[in-house]
Amino acid sequence: MSDRRDGAPEAALDAEDAADSAAAGSADAASPDGGHAAAAPSTHTVRLELVDEPGQLLAALHPIADNGGNLLSIYHERGNKTPRGRIPVEVDFEATPERFEEIVDALRSEGVNVMQAGTERYAEEVTLLLFGHLIDTDLSDTLSRIEACESASVADVSLAAPQGTEEVSSARLRLEARAGETDAALAAVRELADEKELRVVEPLTGVDA
Amino acid sequence: MRLAVIGAGAVGRSVVELAGEYGHEVVAVADSSSATVADGTDGRAGGIGVDPDAVVARKAERGIVGDADPDDALAADYDVLVEATPTTLGDAEPGFSHVTAALERDRHAVLANKGPVAERFGDLRAAVDDSDGEIRFEATVGGAIPAVSTVEDIEPGHVTAVRGVLNGTANFILTRMAAEGLDYDHVLAEAQDLGVAEADPSFDVDGTDAALKCVILANVLSFGAVDDPDAAREFTLADADVSGIRDVPGSALRLAAEDGRTVRLIGEATGETVRVAPRLVPENGTLAVSGTQNIVQIETTHAGRLNISGRGAGGPETASAVLGDVGRLE
Repeated sequence: MSDRRDGAPEAALDAEDAADSAAAGSADAASPDGGHAAAAPSTHTVRLELVDEPGQLLAALHPIADNGGNLLSIYHERGNKTPRGRIPVEVDFEATPERFEEIVDALRSEGVNVMQAGTERYAEEVTLLLFGHLIDTDLSDTLSRIEACESASVADVSLAAPQGTEEVSSARLRLEARAGETDAALAAVRELADEKELRVVEPLTGVDA
Repeated sequence: MRLAVIGAGAVGRSVVELAGEYGHEVVAVADSSSATVADGTDGRAGGIGVDPDAVVARKAERGIVGDADPDDALAADYDVLVEATPTTLGDAEPGFSHVTAALERDRHAVLANKGPVAERFGDLRAAVDDSDGEIRFEATVGGAIPAVSTVEDIEPGHVTAVRGVLNGTANFILTRMAAEGLDYDHVLAEAQDLGVAEADPSFDVDGTDAALKCVILANVLSFGAVDDPDAAREFTLADADVSGIRDVPGSALRLAAEDGRTVRLIGEATGETVRVAPRLVPENGTLAVSGTQNIVQIETTHAGRLNISGRGAGGPETASAVLGDVGRLE
């Protein structure tokens, strides 16, 4: 890890390595995720989704600078599009854990869609089943509306429609939820399923049965 | 102890047959239309009770347990009334009145019937308060599994949740669907042929039976955690959020299996909520019991998590829970 500390721009793109080396460099950091090193700034990577319009990038960087974040690098993937047709941008900056939370909150309140904020933001993975008239009720709309919920993103989908697309089919969804927001994500899926008259088989969360 | 057994289905008959092994005497047996009451002469040699073999044989041959009126059994000279009539919802009658009749005479009652404990727990508690008798109801939750007494031993105030697989019929169907890749209707027909499912399986597959058990556990947790019963929240079936397994397609179980998971009808009770629904669990996890097995998982504040699995139904299994309760009343 120490050899990569010198190659700052490269290392900074790799959130975990960067966070590790930052913590390792701090004498009183108790854990690599900085859980006890309250005051020590560490490097964070935030993935944002921007609408392809002038001024959007600048608007997204303001909340970082205004809240005490020290910008390190910006990777603007202009050639790529997210599933929602937006442009993904990866921003690296240094901030203390408290500042980091404030920055993410500020980004969200500015209407910037934060897809991923550091590795700990999507800390929880949850698998569930949906069944019913999945295809008649527009599966892609179902998935994008789950995506649109701030608590979770859809990591993986498997569909089984053994009796054709007009009969009852099943899907297995793997969601990545933000830390502590699995329940909120499941509640959002439940609500959507109610609306579309689909059934949800939820996992037993918090029980590693 | 002298027992009056009300209800002569599988559980009631097993209690009559096994009571002697546990050192108790059956002095009266009633079904819905008849009764037999020991008069000290027609019992077994040297005993005061009724002849268990004769009662069971008569029920099998003629559909009645004796020549007396069911009310005679309620009026018999017993120490413990065993309420083993079929579970009814709403006013939970006639089971509720059988239990209160015993309490009014300062006798104990042991229930295998879920209705009174799930639907009228507050009324039962009030009747107990006015009586020198007590009630016990281990057999109402998880058959042979000591769920209620384990929660009582740990103390309800130190139990945060009780969850588990509490209906063998639904579990059998889900297990077979996953193992054979068959659909619900096919497996239900098989279960009915094997006598695992009733002709009308609604009570089991719609989650009602599991929900009643969870409501009972919620009442145990709620009333057990406070000193003043008036401060406890009373649960009935209406407070439970219930969905069953009837429409779970085979394809959902296949998708679960591809990912090392399976679906089980899981009931959960806390002092605040009751929920029964098909849930995804790890295929080889603790809660993924097979066939008609049940499991109760108790989440505690100081003792970690406890799991007890076993047979959740059956005459002798449930009778063993009833007779365990009778033993605790001695």
